Amino acid sequence: MEKAIVLGCSAVGAGLAMIAGIGPGIGEGYAVGKTIEAIARQPEAKGDCTRTMFIGVAMAESTGIYAFVVALILMFANPFIGKL
Amino acid sequence: MDGIGQGPKVVFEIGPIRITETVVTGWIIIVAVLLLCLFLTKGLKKIPDKKRQIVAEMFVKFVNGLVRDNMGPKMMYYAPYIATLLVFALLGALVSMIGLRSMTADINVTGTWALMTFALITFHKIKANGFGGYLKSFGQPVAFILPLNLVSEVATPASMAFRLFGNVAGGMVITSLLYGALAGLSQAVGLSFAAGSWGFSVFQVGIPAVLSVYFDLFSGCIQAYIFSMLTMVNVSSAAEEG
Repeated sequence: MEKAIVLGCSAVGAGLAMIAGIGPGIGEGYAVGKTIEAIARQPEAKGDCTRTMFIGVAMAESTGIYAFVVALILMFANPFIGKL
Repeated sequence: MDGIGQGPKVVFEIGPIRITETVVTGWIIIVAVLLLCLFLTKGLKKIPDKKRQIVAEMFVKFVNGLVRDNMGPKMMYYAPYIATLLVFALLGALVSMIGLRSMTADINVTGTWALMTFALITFHKIKANGFGGYLKSFGQPVAFILPLNLVSEVATPASMAFRLFGNVAGGMVITSLLYGALAGLSQAVGLSFAAGSWGFSVFQVGIPAVLSVYFDLFSGCIQAYIFSMLTMVNVSSAAEEG
């Protein structure tokens, strides 16, 4: 019974952790949108803009990845089961 | 459905050392890259008359341009390292296309690469500022900010490792969840056949390929590119400091 509660709560927690995906989604969309604006204004700077955008997007993605790692740990390497 | 979130399987053991799928895949990639290099650089001529020399030149030119743009002409000696990282990360993610387990879906691999980058960053910081200057830079601009600086120092390799791992492992988890769902779906409709241990589900044909193109091909290429890009940017910014 206790195990079932812990497992269920862990699954809910994993789902809640992935709410963090909203943040990088909005941020990356904004970054890509601005890059397209910049490219439209100055098409010859396309290479530089795209490269900088990729780095920025990768940075913005970190928080989402952290949330994903937390969700993975909760689902597959649950630390709470051992504490029962 | 078993083994979705599990780590790589242990293939065999040498004493206390466990040789996992990741290591074996790594060896296969090393051999493949070695053979590819030998093949591509066979019989080089000043004016290339074979396609393979043009391919090799294109790749070298691409990496050289990348390093020159991001690290400056002074640090061109990093080009071989970056090329190695790029090829290894790319093939490490792309081996999932031929049914092996992605090498970069293992935190040990990405963690090692991130530690290598961290060592390079620290080396260049010490080289640029001297050891005293390196220690002093943690107390800049004010002394009580020291813990924050320490955290941000560790955060760079940690986020690099987690980024590569998370992207590839996430793609793997989603793909295997989809396979499970499609197997269940075809079983519910009655289009699933099993012969002994060998099973076949009709819906598993073709549909996962759409996701595979994104998660294996696109994500693998982009993440390999981003990892080497971040290595270059971090190392060159560490060298310019002070």
